[in-house]
Amino acid sequence: MSNTVIFTALASGVIVWFLIASRLTAKSWESQDEKGDVGAIHTAPERIGLWIFMAVVTSLFSLFISAYAMRMHVGAWCHITIPNILWVNSLVLVAASIAMQRARWAADHGSRSGARAALVMGGMLSVAFLAGQLVAWQQVGPSVYFISGSPAIAFFYVLSAAHGLHLIGGLWVLGRTVSRFAAGAELVDLRLSLQLCSVYWHFLLLVWLVVFGVLLYL
Amino acid sequence: MAYVAIADRDAPIHDPHTFFLKYIWSQDHKVIAIQYAIVAISVGLVALVLSGLMRLQLGFPGTFHFIEPQDYYQFITMHGMIMVIYLLTALFLGGFGNYLIPLMCGARDMVFPYMNMLSFWVYLLAVLVLMASFFVPGGPTGAGWTLYPPQAITQGTPGAGLGIILMLISLGIFIVAFTMGGLNYVTTVLQARCRGMTLMRMPLSVWGIFMATILGLLAFPALLVSAVMMTLDSTLGTSFFMPAVMSLGEKLGHNGGSPLLFQHLFWFFGHPEVYIVALPAFGIVSDLLSTHARKNIFGYRMMVWAIIAIGGLSFVVWAHHMYVSGMNPYFGFFFATTTLIIAIPTAIKVYNWVLTLWKGDIHLTVPMMFAIGFIFTFIHGGLTGLFLGNVTVDLPLSDTYFVVAHFHMVMGVSPILVVFGAIYHWFPKITGRMWNQKLGMVHFWMTFLGTYAIYLPMHYLGILGVPRRYYALGNTDFIPDSVHSINAAITISALIVAAAQLVFLFNMIMSLRKGEKAPPNPWRATTLEWQTPDTPPKHGNWGPKLPVVHRWAYDYSVPGAKEDFIPQNEPVDPKLGAGRDHGTHR
Repeated sequence: MSNTVIFTALASGVIVWFLIASRLTAKSWESQDEKGDVGAIHTAPERIGLWIFMAVVTSLFSLFISAYAMRMHVGAWCHITIPNILWVNSLVLVAASIAMQRARWAADHGSRSGARAALVMGGMLSVAFLAGQLVAWQQVGPSVYFISGSPAIAFFYVLSAAHGLHLIGGLWVLGRTVSRFAAGAELVDLRLSLQLCSVYWHFLLLVWLVVFGVLLYL
Repeated sequence: MAYVAIADRDAPIHDPHTFFLKYIWSQDHKVIAIQYAIVAISVGLVALVLSGLMRLQLGFPGTFHFIEPQDYYQFITMHGMIMVIYLLTALFLGGFGNYLIPLMCGARDMVFPYMNMLSFWVYLLAVLVLMASFFVPGGPTGAGWTLYPPQAITQGTPGAGLGIILMLISLGIFIVAFTMGGLNYVTTVLQARCRGMTLMRMPLSVWGIFMATILGLLAFPALLVSAVMMTLDSTLGTSFFMPAVMSLGEKLGHNGGSPLLFQHLFWFFGHPEVYIVALPAFGIVSDLLSTHARKNIFGYRMMVWAIIAIGGLSFVVWAHHMYVSGMNPYFGFFFATTTLIIAIPTAIKVYNWVLTLWKGDIHLTVPMMFAIGFIFTFIHGGLTGLFLGNVTVDLPLSDTYFVVAHFHMVMGVSPILVVFGAIYHWFPKITGRMWNQKLGMVHFWMTFLGTYAIYLPMHYLGILGVPRRYYALGNTDFIPDSVHSINAAITISALIVAAAQLVFLFNMIMSLRKGEKAPPNPWRATTLEWQTPDTPPKHGNWGPKLPVVHRWAYDYSVPGAKEDFIPQNEPVDPKLGAGRDHGTHR
């Protein structure tokens, strides 16, 4: 649980810092002017929503990993043999993340076709990653191991499934963005979506790399 | 987005016309709040009936033959889980959070109205799945509300088959619903406050709900993790939590799992959960006391910081629920220390409530009675918490009625009193009708005195060593006859308190139908929700123009002011100023 506590401490630190930065020290009964924090912060609500959602997902995976770390010291544990395809999958996900970043850059530079191509490429690479994960599931062992094998294998299934589901959620949003593209939406209107998609993809890449690292080294 | 929720945009407001879009598939935060409240209160009534059945068994053992031991455990489990999660969490955040955040912050709605609507429907699905477990073979789970493995999923425990699975699935669905709602509440507070509404001008109700939501967003994943892994242990036979077990003479397939791991995960969620319920109650009660005592809240800044400190500390106290679990005893010292530290910000809040009342112009309205009642029950439950926070005191008391008395005082009665106070307080705004005050008073006194009659004797039972979780005590030497008389008396009190809730429901329905028409601001309160152009507020809340806030939420009895309250959206009179800087003593 110690890494969960560290995460919580960090999260609380960020929150407290934010609140202090937002003039939590103000003496509200005295202040008469409207300078400074006058209400809404000037960021799109979707952006704030995404960051909060990523905090929730971080909490979820931190707890899964804490559970993994605690469980491995208890008993009947042996490490999982990592199937080689996971290295390929990781590279595919890195490529997907780069493609999403390129879509964002292309949109910033006003290149509609470039943005669309990169976006579709990012989506396809992500689907390829998911397919690769399914292959990895097969290679880890027949499903009977899920039940009677080491809990490390069960953890691998659970962690990769949880990560995959979050990626599928991202693909759903990506699909909506692509369909808005197809419907002829202005690039300016799509920029926020592209930015948020790329942030989410980088985040999921980071989560995957941490999960992969845990499976490899912990 | 269907209509404008952001403060600094002035686009036209979308207005749904059909009944279905207006009241059922509605994206209006006020309708969603009422939907949440109705479902939460309905399911809470189910849990109330279950507690009545438990009390019948405990008060008059052997009399009610239809209550078998397995039924008793199912009643306990469902009562606990429903009350904590499906009633209190849903009502405070989904109900009050939804209603109050946009109105108190001066927004037109939540920032993601569609997701907000989905949040309610997914919550309803969670409730239906949970209720379905009453009708499956084997009935609902009887594992106790903490659902500890291995017994939760081992044959012999009631509902160890489908019952526990449905419970876990329902919790998973609830967490999805909560996350959708929670993202809305936090983002709305950060993003959609109207002009002039700085964080330090927000009413404490919003502060409490805001912080509780952050706790929920970070803590509920722990419950999700444990629910997912326990479902797999139960259905696929993995060994996350399940050690090697001999069950009914047979060795099960599990091997090496850690039940203690489940307890850590569960309480990593479970303790913040206490504050997910308590912080909104703290916030709301602060506003009720200030409004009805016609006096600014004492130590506003300290109150905000206490809410934040309690929120942070609530993540590092979880294992005080596990002193008897067999965890490393050295942990006990650490967790006892953090537990006692959290008493400091909590005590600050209690002092500030009492000091708010000091020399106030106290109006003993029904909401005020409930708010003052809360101070009593909360101090009471908080003090017994100090007992139980110490390892050496907890060990002998942990499995007795002392713990039942403690957590019902602090987490059952106290928040429920605030819920009632808040309903009586905001009902005129929500419905446009006033309550019948006399019936409200009857409801208050029956509930307040009745709950004391239930829980005060339970402390005594606990100190005698009467064990909790037992279906019947039987003839045991250390249990004197007086225990049985006390149990009977507690049951009678519980039935009276349950009957008092019928008075509440009757009063609510009668007031809705025939209540006196409510003025826009019957309590003469300062906060924005009372300054809406319409009562009840219409879709979009504010008409064409959003309010602008010029002062904090607690300008009551400002010397020299025309009235004894100045609404937050009233511009500052240069002659009068904004309050305390004029050397006033209030």
